[in-house]
Amino acid sequence: MYTIRNLKYNDVLTINSLKIEAKKITCIVGESGGGKTTFLRLLSKLVSPTEGTIEYYQQPLETLDSVAYRKEVVMLPQKPFIFPKTIRDNLVKGLNYHQKEINESSLEQALAFVNLAKPLSTDASRLSGGEAQRLAIARIILLDPQVILLDEPSSALDDETEAFVIKAMVNYVKEHQKSLIMITHSKHVAAHYGDTVLTIEKGCLKGSENNE
Amino acid sequence: MSDGIIQLNFLQVALAYIFVLIVLFFLRRRGIQREKELIFASLRMTIQLIAVGYILTFVFEQPHPLVTLAIVLIMVGFAILTLFRKFKGKLSHRIKKVIVLSMTLGTLPVVLYFLLIVIRVEPYYNPQYFVPITGMIIGNSMTGISLGIHTMLNRFNHQKHEIEESLILGATPKQASNQIINDSFDAAIMPTLNSMLGMGIIFLPGMMTGQILSGVAPNMAILYQIGIMLGILGGVSLATYLFLQLGYRTFFNHQKQLI
Repeated sequence: MYTIRNLKYNDVLTINSLKIEAKKITCIVGESGGGKTTFLRLLSKLVSPTEGTIEYYQQPLETLDSVAYRKEVVMLPQKPFIFPKTIRDNLVKGLNYHQKEINESSLEQALAFVNLAKPLSTDASRLSGGEAQRLAIARIILLDPQVILLDEPSSALDDETEAFVIKAMVNYVKEHQKSLIMITHSKHVAAHYGDTVLTIEKGCLKGSENNE
Repeated sequence: MSDGIIQLNFLQVALAYIFVLIVLFFLRRRGIQREKELIFASLRMTIQLIAVGYILTFVFEQPHPLVTLAIVLIMVGFAILTLFRKFKGKLSHRIKKVIVLSMTLGTLPVVLYFLLIVIRVEPYYNPQYFVPITGMIIGNSMTGISLGIHTMLNRFNHQKHEIEESLILGATPKQASNQIINDSFDAAIMPTLNSMLGMGIIFLPGMMTGQILSGVAPNMAILYQIGIMLGILGGVSLATYLFLQLGYRTFFNHQKQLI
């Protein structure tokens, strides 16, 4: 799915060569500040490499329309932004950008999937950190993207929520034959869920392990 | 009522400087260190206005289309430079170009429409009308754009996280900036709307006051004032709208990434 060659992003990240397969779970581990989040931002095309290329199905990213690409490849940041409106407004926002039909029952289903038992009219700014994270997942699942880029949930979350977030994503990806590229600080999570485990440290790709 | 205005001489105007002396007295008594600024501001205001008086007298006595055009362009140029100075160090090269374009294309059509189609000045380049009316429209548009720039820069600086989240969810740069554009437009036109609301009740506007003082019948002064207020509204809105529609793009690169 992704072919990366001679990638460089300022002094933050260098990857000489890497392939990431479709419909698999790729975990990224490594010390914090080592360039993992930058790698996901490059893959989501929020920033562009200063050198080298990232190809998505043999097409260089810079030749693809960014908006259309981001509709296919969606990132869940470490601290997703929750719009200061209702839960419904947050769920509908992405659907509107994707020009997808809004179906009330699918909104409810998405909330049920992430185990968020709150009315759609709830003020989203009052949600706890864990609830907000789950709302962000529901928001992404509704968009039905082909690739999900998941940055590990903020360390402010409790272990239970974190485990839930990861499990929910993994289940969704497996069930719907999607691709998941996720950063995790837990070697256990990486070993347990990852088909491939990449180690990015000190701005370099240090290793790639296949668990299949 | 007399037909014209009471003629003032320099001695009479000099009597008005008593107010500067009163303020100086207050400042000194309270120990507020502003005497130099007060004297400088009073002198500068006097010299600037005397100079403008002589220039306008010369221009009015020898009207010429090129002179009128030059004055209008100088006014636009000064307004643009004032904006650049006000936001020094905060404006990208691209946004500066947008300011030049929107101040020029936003205000000049309104000035021309107002003078040539609404008032129908004769001759068409008559500086007696062109100079003050262009000044009012450009001055107010500059204030409007300035508020628009301030709001837009502020919001783009403080809402990066929100804008990127919208991009992640599939928004185009325009969709991601929509709320900022609307709020900036709102901030830009609010002072004009407020002044329209208070006009005639809370205060008598400057142009109308000037015309009444110079002997124009209040009903005629009112018609001019209504016209110029609508012209100002048009200038502020058009210039700000253009600025915002083009300005938000300068915060994104060609890969639709926030910069």
